[in-house]
Amino acid sequence: MNASNSPPTLAPPVAPGPLEWLRKNLFSNWFNAVLTLASLVFLYFTLVTILRWALFSADWQPVTYSPLLFLVGQYPRAQLWRPGLSLLIGTFLIGMSWGLWERYIKPFAIFFAILLTILAIFPLKTPTITLSIRAVFLASPVLIILGYRIGRLPAVKGKYVITMWLLAAIFITLVLLPGLGNIPALPKIATTSWGGLLITLLLAVGGITLSFPIGVLLALGRRSSLTVVKLFSIFFIETIRGVPLVTVLFMFSIILALFLPAGSRIDRIVRALLAMVFFSSAYTAENVRGGLQAVPPGQAEAAKALGLSNFQITTFIVLPQALRLVIPTIVGQFISLFKDTTLVVIVGINDLLGISNAVLNLKPQFVHLQMEVYLFVAVIFWIFSYFMSYTSRELEKSLGIGKR
Amino acid sequence: MTILSNTQASEKIPLWRDERILRIVAQIVSAVVVLAFLFWGVTNFLRITQQRGMPLTYNFLREPAGFPISEGFLTYDPTMSFGRAFLVGLINTLVVSGSGIVLASILGLIIGLARLSSNWLLSRIALAYIEFHRNIPLLVLMFLWYFGVFAKLPSVKESIAMPGPSYLSQRGLYITFPRLTETGSIFLIFSGIGVILAFAAFYILRHIRENTGRETHFGLTSLGLFLLLTIAGWFLSGGEPFWIDKPSMQGFNFQGGFRLSPEFTALLVSLTMYTAAFIAEVVRSGIQAVHRGQVEAARALGLRSPQVMSLIVLPQALRVIIPPLISQYLNLTKNSSLALTIGFQELFAISKITINQAGRAVPVFLMVMLTYLAISLLTSLVLNVYNRKVQFVER
Repeated sequence: MNASNSPPTLAPPVAPGPLEWLRKNLFSNWFNAVLTLASLVFLYFTLVTILRWALFSADWQPVTYSPLLFLVGQYPRAQLWRPGLSLLIGTFLIGMSWGLWERYIKPFAIFFAILLTILAIFPLKTPTITLSIRAVFLASPVLIILGYRIGRLPAVKGKYVITMWLLAAIFITLVLLPGLGNIPALPKIATTSWGGLLITLLLAVGGITLSFPIGVLLALGRRSSLTVVKLFSIFFIETIRGVPLVTVLFMFSIILALFLPAGSRIDRIVRALLAMVFFSSAYTAENVRGGLQAVPPGQAEAAKALGLSNFQITTFIVLPQALRLVIPTIVGQFISLFKDTTLVVIVGINDLLGISNAVLNLKPQFVHLQMEVYLFVAVIFWIFSYFMSYTSRELEKSLGIGKR
Repeated sequence: MTILSNTQASEKIPLWRDERILRIVAQIVSAVVVLAFLFWGVTNFLRITQQRGMPLTYNFLREPAGFPISEGFLTYDPTMSFGRAFLVGLINTLVVSGSGIVLASILGLIIGLARLSSNWLLSRIALAYIEFHRNIPLLVLMFLWYFGVFAKLPSVKESIAMPGPSYLSQRGLYITFPRLTETGSIFLIFSGIGVILAFAAFYILRHIRENTGRETHFGLTSLGLFLLLTIAGWFLSGGEPFWIDKPSMQGFNFQGGFRLSPEFTALLVSLTMYTAAFIAEVVRSGIQAVHRGQVEAARALGLRSPQVMSLIVLPQALRVIIPPLISQYLNLTKNSSLALTIGFQELFAISKITINQAGRAVPVFLMVMLTYLAISLLTSLVLNVYNRKVQFVER
């Protein structure tokens, strides 16, 4: 082996040491150094102020006083096993989804399991959290792990899990929580007593699952060659997108009753849900339309040449490609729908934000603790939205959008 | 002959498979379904209005409103009409969204640039800001600012002094504000004409320069025109077109200055901070869309960093930035309707009171929705014209 013949090799790049990293990223020139110092000063004072407030002067009593209120509102305490069972079904399905789509769900599933474990063993002095409630919280992480094990089995397919999610959602929202009049074990519970995170999640999940298909139909309608259908779609989409959500909510809560036959009443949570669906579907339609426009027309033409019918072309050729392109924007739309559920406070529904207003009025010493309570609510919303956008980012990466 | 007639017969498509006829039928069916649904709703509605005696007219707009409005930019008192109240609300909405748009654009640009900074720490701080605001509901942010901060400010006596001078207290924010003197309008008219003339000269002379190649000094000439007229106006108005209105403590309250109510300030702050996070992301993605080679080429030509940014990167980034920016501006305008939760009376809040007072839900609602639609359409129209100017001219 002749060493002099082999080409000279470069030394492999060495990871920069911490000092080198500091010099390159924080002190590359005098301007950068000034920026770093100013940022450090800013960061120091902000963090010290926030920490000093949160640890010493803030009073977290309203948050710890009645966690059940934040979770389920006024849901009858004797019937708590029903939201409890819903939680258990949900955690099991989260576990299965984790096993199936590890990359996207894993951080959320693990976070959720840890959170519920903490909730189960957290030493709260309030008597509202009974031992059985703690048992439900403690059982949830176990069910997540169990679901994960089952989800990993090769026999479990994505479409089964999605079907299970849909069936569970229908069962929980239509049977388990509202109850059936004729079964003594499931007495009817009026939606006026529902509240808290339960309502927020219900509106968000219901809004997302209902607005998505309607949005897709509207997008197809807007690109349809049938003039009448196209005009109706354009009118609907542009009107809804031009007005604030508050007006749509009010339309459904006040005006709708005037257009229905006298005496007929729609449940107010259903009305709020319909408003969310109306509003969100117009935005989803525009997002989907963007995807439809990006699919090259040659795809549809080729499918037509192969003898596929118009219906087949749309469902099997155009839509799958279009939806894949717009997953990130649609998830973004879902996040804003989730955040927008807070607006139902304005029409008097006790969602998470509405319940926190109620909690502030529970005791005279709570009245001035808005900062603490609203920050708590903000953190809950933040966690859910953050995991949704995390999933969207991972999907974007794995689908290679913009790279193919 | 028989063969021919046979093929003719088989070519004749039955009605239910003829695509032209099917299309017409589909359109008629969908139109009938939608119209029948609307008709059903409207008949129900007309029956109810007849029973309750609420005619579908807009005559009530001239009746006295009878409710007070806490703040507005038009003179108003409860003896004035519902129409006037509606107008006050509309102006309030326009003022809060206009100032929100300006402030959010500035803050969003700064945060977007900070996010792209080569300084790691600064970039992380900007990221934290963006991630915090993008993942919480605007209503929660609004409650945090209003109930958590602005409703808890100290009393007037212990108000917080800020540079300006401006003072923050329970009664709101008092800021120093320039006000026109009696002769000030002369100055304003002159500088207004100066701005118009300067712009006209700029475009005309630049056009000549671009087409003939003759040096016209368009920048200097227009600047000179503007300065000349402004200075002339200054002297004609007697050298004192403005006086500075400083707030000062007198007795139990502030005198002078310009007062922004806590509700208005909280609304403006939360709308600005929320939208700025979204605008920062728009700015970031726009700047990242500019090809790296453009920056490198500009550096190679010897341009300095601020020059690279203002002459090379930003003009190209604008093409990507403008369309999503338009929708952020529209979102901010529509989101200003949340003001009703913190007690600032803008278009939607005043309409809600009008519905309660006048009992005319549907006419008022139609009016509100049409007004918001008009604002949205006008804004996107104006901005789309601008957008067309900055886009590439395709040849």
